[in-house]
Amino acid sequence: MKILRSVIDWLEERTGVESAIKHFLYEDVPASAGWHQVLGSVAMFAFLTQVFTGILLALNYAPTPGEAYNSLRYIVTELTGGQIIRGLHHWGASLMIIVVVLHMTQTFLWGAYKKPREATWMVGALLLLLTLAYGLTGYLLPWDNRAYWATTVTVHISALPPVAGPYVLRLLGSDGGSIGAVTFARFYAAHVLLLPPLTMLLIAIHLYLVRRHGVTPIEADRTLPKKKFYPQQVFKDTVATFAWFAILVAMAIAVRVPLGHVADPTDTSFIPRPEWYFLFLFQFVKFFDGPLEVVGAVIIPTLAMLVLFLVPFIDRGKVLRIRERTGAIAVIVFAIVGWSALTARAVATTPPSTEDPDAGLALVEPWQELPADQLAAIGAFRKDNCGNCHVVGKSGPGPDLTRAASQRPTDWLMQHFKQPAPGIATQLKNPELRGLVMFVTKRSDAALKAWSSAPQAAVEGAMVYQANQCAACHKLNGVGMQTGPPLNGVADHRNREWLEGHFADPQKFSPGSTMPAYKLSSRDLDRLTNYIMQIPK
Amino acid sequence: MESSTRRSFYSAAIAGLGGLMTAALAAPAAAYLLIRPKSQKQSDFVPAADLAQLTVGKPEEVVFRRTRVDGWRVLNEKSTAWVVRKDDQNVVAYAPQCTHLACAYHWEEKDAKFFCPCHNSVFAIDGNVVSGPAPRPLDRYVTKIDQGKVLISTEIQKA
Repeated sequence: MKILRSVIDWLEERTGVESAIKHFLYEDVPASAGWHQVLGSVAMFAFLTQVFTGILLALNYAPTPGEAYNSLRYIVTELTGGQIIRGLHHWGASLMIIVVVLHMTQTFLWGAYKKPREATWMVGALLLLLTLAYGLTGYLLPWDNRAYWATTVTVHISALPPVAGPYVLRLLGSDGGSIGAVTFARFYAAHVLLLPPLTMLLIAIHLYLVRRHGVTPIEADRTLPKKKFYPQQVFKDTVATFAWFAILVAMAIAVRVPLGHVADPTDTSFIPRPEWYFLFLFQFVKFFDGPLEVVGAVIIPTLAMLVLFLVPFIDRGKVLRIRERTGAIAVIVFAIVGWSALTARAVATTPPSTEDPDAGLALVEPWQELPADQLAAIGAFRKDNCGNCHVVGKSGPGPDLTRAASQRPTDWLMQHFKQPAPGIATQLKNPELRGLVMFVTKRSDAALKAWSSAPQAAVEGAMVYQANQCAACHKLNGVGMQTGPPLNGVADHRNREWLEGHFADPQKFSPGSTMPAYKLSSRDLDRLTNYIMQIPK
Repeated sequence: MESSTRRSFYSAAIAGLGGLMTAALAAPAAAYLLIRPKSQKQSDFVPAADLAQLTVGKPEEVVFRRTRVDGWRVLNEKSTAWVVRKDDQNVVAYAPQCTHLACAYHWEEKDAKFFCPCHNSVFAIDGNVVSGPAPRPLDRYVTKIDQGKVLISTEIQKA
């Protein structure tokens, strides 16, 4: 204890840290201060939680389109606690907006923005805008369909203002309203580099002003002795913060944050919708058609923010007790009713999404959804070292085949695959050659993703599948006949022994089956069984 | 002024609730940063060479393609190993990096030794250090032989 004391004394003498903390904690607060003033502290704690969880996410996140989605999938499916960290950040954003709005509502109802606290209010209004800006920029970062399509709408809205529109678009890195790598970089940079320092600066100013003017007293405080900030008010702030945090943790654990399919600009079925706190605006814009759209989407919201910002100059009356502030109460009631009605209407009129919100959380990899012929073609490509010249995803000695489908005629391709260069012959058989021709001329998006990432064992399994023409009777990932049972999800009701035995002697395992017996080498049998068992429903 | 029991209750509650919140944030953060990713991919054997093409006592640098997991990326990439056939049924495959500072070493035919040009580490054909700064014998890939093919796994055994 003595050592601790001397360390503190040493620090105090050199830095004054102890007296600074004491000065901060033992500030006078009016006798009426209490539970209604805890919300500012909760909002600040909410911000700090977002900073903390945001940094954690950034430690495993690749901020480029495509990679962003994959790295987020990695965070939530591969890393212990990843789901909870993302949950804390996602739900933390929503809960932060709630607490910031409640804090402003309280300040508004009590009239705490009046002279000399106008600047405190105005800085607070800017902080509300920043909080919403985090929500808007952060929404794009998962790079799933939800993120992509909702941000497409946002970007188009920001292009509406006459004259300024095109410049806003350029500022957002968008080419005519589309969202690509540049827009993504701008949103990410704003979210993690631009907004946080700005927020910290404004919070510092806001706190300084709160301290400078003190907590707003009421009439009765004149005659009552002042209290100290610590410990009673700090206790109340802590209890409120704890309650807020407990809700957040419960949500992070219990409510899964969705992650849909990776952003697909060609998906025409996806109906974008914003996060819940912007739904009212989304609905509001619907009331304005054609040339009037800019009024609902830009002009009215901007005017509303301006009015909010200038509240202290609009209401210049005397400080009143809260019960006498009927005007303020009416404004809040009107805002709550209006917001709820618009939000309810938006929820009721938006058709349910056809997209599985948790598609990205399933552990299905691109190759598992690829028809066997395409996966086998990837196998042929790898088997004959095509990748030595045609480096996947890069230009090498040969063209990068992932960039565009081949335009060569079939004869040329067949010849090229048999003899890719003078003096080099491949060992590909005719069905493999035909499979490759199909593949390089018509390759699908899933095939592009699987091309380099599909595990070799699965690829070889698909080659065995093709070589034995399983598709002549069975359907798998949408390709094949239906004489025999479809094979998707077969692992749900058959185990490995059953499948392996069944290949060798089908009638023994399913009497009356017309399937011929297959004599496969142990390696082929192993590969084929593994492959089929990994194809999801 | 509040009574001192009340004051100490407040102080204890502030410290207790604050500590709980800190712990609730720190625990998942520590797990998130320190626990290895739940890898869904087991190490996979890939064919690297034909046993028949290898001569006993003559190391060959073989090139093979394998799938490697790198964070959220799964790469199918070229990889090499120095494969030595020991007898009819046994091979060893050395990882192609020196155990000192991971430079690429090679087989010196005239000395019948592995030689690393970075800091002059020398290894015998059995992987043991002959001279130089290398702290341990060459690292080995787990291998097996199936139907005349040498299969190499991504798993590395350190001596």
